[in-house]
Amino acid sequence: MSDWHPKIVVFLCQWSLKSDSEWARRFHQPDGVRVIEVPCSGRVNPLLLLSTVQHGADGILVVGCQPEHCHYKEGNYVGRRKFATLKSFLQYVGLEERRVQFAWLGETDRGRLRALVDGLLQDVRELGPMQELAVRGVLPNTVCAL
Amino acid sequence: MQELTEAIQREAKRLLDSGEVDVVIGFTKGTLPMRAAPVVIRKAADSERLVWGPFCENNLARYLRGVRDKRVAIVAKGCDTRSIVALINEHQLEREKLYIIGVPCEGMIDRRIVPRRAPGEVTSVHQDGDEVVVEGDGFSIRLPRSEVLYRSCAACVHPNPVIYDVLLAEPVEVTSGDPFAYVRQIEEKPAAERAAYFASEAQRCIRCYACRQACPMCYCEECFVDHTAPRWMETGVTPAGQQAWQIGRAYHLVGRCVNCGACERACPTEIDLVYLNGKSSRTVWELFGFEAGVEVDKPPPLAVFLPDEDPDVS
Repeated sequence: MSDWHPKIVVFLCQWSLKSDSEWARRFHQPDGVRVIEVPCSGRVNPLLLLSTVQHGADGILVVGCQPEHCHYKEGNYVGRRKFATLKSFLQYVGLEERRVQFAWLGETDRGRLRALVDGLLQDVRELGPMQELAVRGVLPNTVCAL
Repeated sequence: MQELTEAIQREAKRLLDSGEVDVVIGFTKGTLPMRAAPVVIRKAADSERLVWGPFCENNLARYLRGVRDKRVAIVAKGCDTRSIVALINEHQLEREKLYIIGVPCEGMIDRRIVPRRAPGEVTSVHQDGDEVVVEGDGFSIRLPRSEVLYRSCAACVHPNPVIYDVLLAEPVEVTSGDPFAYVRQIEEKPAAERAAYFASEAQRCIRCYACRQACPMCYCEECFVDHTAPRWMETGVTPAGQQAWQIGRAYHLVGRCVNCGACERACPTEIDLVYLNGKSSRTVWELFGFEAGVEVDKPPPLAVFLPDEDPDVS
């Protein structure tokens, strides 16, 4: 499939990038990578991830703060349990493990967001287009128009 | 079974006569063979309509939220009481308003398997010890009980009520071993095979939502599939919509599902829902050591957290 380019959606906690310069460049990503800012990784509803996959994303990255450093004190603790269960569930129904990734960023992780995105892009290129749950272009008027 | 039926009727009559409760929820004889129908009894004189048998398969906890303004007695087997506990923990029911008539359960018989094993139309089925006697026009066969149980019942580890106000029979012995054996079996398959199996199951879904209606834990005032603004997922009967619904429904029950199997029994196309729900229960058991509906006042696992735990999300 020569004309295929991976599409990746990043759910980015608005507090997770600790340096101003990195925050300023958060939307400067490789082609095919869309960054969606969220108030906290705990806000990322599993249905959003499902919806994203069904809209044709080939990979998803959810980025939050280190568990003990949540701006809202415990948002990502709650998110952590949700993501752990969701991930094992999606794998169970046949989604490849590397397509949905979660990461916690700390103060010393400058530049790690870009590394994570590049890593996911690489993984998705190897895995090819998302086919299991994918449905392209038949979901008008839904939650997030990607 | 006859003794249990009589004991239930006596108890219902006593409760309604004394005014201790306003209604009794139980089972009555169905209009077809191998069927028992949920019934709400309001008058003491009607309590003789109540029955108990191997076809009382619905999860009656599903009806409790509808009569929250009344004092209710409910005939409950193991899984029903687990659902009640889960609903109490989610602040959907008040224990004080409930009178639980506990009935130890030996497992329900799969009304879909029995006719497939019979040579003709089945007109009556009854239990005789460890065997099931199936009778029809010109035949009478005996099947081993263990072969015609629902899968969720065969793997049940809580056949006895976990909470009750009165227990009408001696607790039954728990014989089942690993409740997740079936889930484990599927987990071991390669990803492509799992995806193919999920796709083949989901593609039979007609989006009737009978599974949702049968489930005691599906009590949202407005289900996410009925939302039109914003629309969470494809609502049509397309592969995308079918799969999204099955994932969304099963994932919504993580840490809440008690594996009663009521959804699967309600499914007109016999989708393997035990396989999906079993996974959600296994995940919370493996990650958080949680079992839904066993302990009152233990919050659902996705509503709490432990700072020092580290479930693998990477």
